[in-house]
Amino acid sequence: MSLIEFKDLIYRYEDSTVNALDGVTFEIERGECVSILGENGSGKTTLIKHINGLLKPTKGSVRVDGKYTSDVTIANLAKKVGFVFQNPDHMIFADTVVEEISFGPKNFGIDKEEMERRVDEVLSFTRLDTYRESHPMALSGGEKQRLALASIIVSEPDILILDEPTTGLDYKSVNSMINLIRELHDKGKTIILITHDMGLVSHVAERVLLMKEGKILKDGTLKDVFSDKKALDETFLDQPYALKLSLAWGMGINITPDQLIEDILGVKK
Amino acid sequence: MLPIKVRDLSFSYQNSDKKIINEVSFDVETGEFIGIIGPSGCGKSTLCFALNAIIPHTINGTVSGNVEIYGKKALESEPHQLAGDIGIVLQNPETQLFAMTVEEELAFGPENLGLEVDEINRRIEWALSVVRMEKHKYRFPFNLSGGQKQRVAIAASLTMLPKILVLDEPTSQLDPKGKRDVFNVIKKLHDEMDMTIILVEHETDILAEHVDRIMVMQEGRITMDGGPDDILSKVESLQKIGVRPPEIAEITYRLHMNGKVPKVCTTLDQARRLKV
Repeated sequence: MSLIEFKDLIYRYEDSTVNALDGVTFEIERGECVSILGENGSGKTTLIKHINGLLKPTKGSVRVDGKYTSDVTIANLAKKVGFVFQNPDHMIFADTVVEEISFGPKNFGIDKEEMERRVDEVLSFTRLDTYRESHPMALSGGEKQRLALASIIVSEPDILILDEPTTGLDYKSVNSMINLIRELHDKGKTIILITHDMGLVSHVAERVLLMKEGKILKDGTLKDVFSDKKALDETFLDQPYALKLSLAWGMGINITPDQLIEDILGVKK
Repeated sequence: MLPIKVRDLSFSYQNSDKKIINEVSFDVETGEFIGIIGPSGCGKSTLCFALNAIIPHTINGTVSGNVEIYGKKALESEPHQLAGDIGIVLQNPETQLFAMTVEEELAFGPENLGLEVDEINRRIEWALSVVRMEKHKYRFPFNLSGGQKQRVAIAASLTMLPKILVLDEPTSQLDPKGKRDVFNVIKKLHDEMDMTIILVEHETDILAEHVDRIMVMQEGRITMDGGPDDILSKVESLQKIGVRPPEIAEITYRLHMNGKVPKVCTTLDQARRLKV
């Protein structure tokens, strides 16, 4: 059985006359890294809110780890599904970095020793060790975004949902976020990424769900989706520059600079 | 007379010793389209606020040096005295919008200039047509999409008929369609209306294709200033200071290092002509 299973999901907000999600079916296997792309208003956020149970289906069903989300409390789902919001300022509330990170596990009733072990591990993973006692609001944008991630992964959820994790970050912070997501993926986490950052998508995701007007327009590998010019045009997305150049040079579907360069150097050897 | 002349400008925020802008000098020619890039905290946004008198009048701190906007001393002017010369558009349009309809939003500036109703209406119609928002004149600004809100914010600046527009990462919070629509408006202001544009933007791929000049800021100083091809092809220097070079420049730089292409290109149009 798949880890996440959406079946004919329809969702309509109470004050609306149209379906925000209009017949959505897909499955995500354990350990996949999937990016959800689409215009604002296409239903991306509505969709992920069904994974952690914040929204329950109007029709159809959502199962996470075999259980229907309509039968499970949000608190129980929260142990399995970690959600990192777009704006870290919306999540941060404690007076020190350590307190911020400890809040989740404390509430899940994890004992003190185990909690300290996890906090240390997560601080070093997100390279925030030196900021243990700092006030979260004194951190830079990139550090805050890493803190938001740390305070979710410390509860060790199987599924991580990241909403625009690189918005507003500069080059170095984006790179360090890309590396963290890759490492989490290597550790076996299932990762669902909402973003408009095509660079981020091409560096970390293996699969793309392309959404339009509450429906999944296309579901496939990065190569499938990025070579489908029509689907990209319909959703106002651009092919990554590396791919445009690769095609202009008559090479294949190379999505990242690394892939294109390897292709050229390999061919020329 | 030069649109913008900055000499030895320094600024520190109140209660801080750090010069967030440190001895900055530069000139801007009429009709130039300038991109400003630099890592977070380098002073880009602060510099924008010093051009239209928000610094030091609304944001407190210690300022020294000189800023002239068409010869007017900006640091000694009130922001409204410069509003007909220089407009500003911020990253998040919601921080700029406040009225109940798009029309009211656009009327605010010219009404405060005490203009005739006919003139105000003419300016509103014109500004809405520039940003292609005519259909949304009577809508509540907060119900618009991000890209539409940002276009309303631009239109609101335009009603003051400024000759210079400063935009601080105007597309960073927009989705791809919103980015495209807003960027098309900026291009139109420059190409067809000959406005002087200062654009703070971290997407160097877009800058490479459109701007006349790039200024790189680093720890409060302008450390590079030149044509987009010159600056954006310096892939290693940019990466070192924490600025992402255009993806095309990164690829052609790495291939150039391997002897596969004769030069580093910054745009797709240049790179597609290379033989690999």
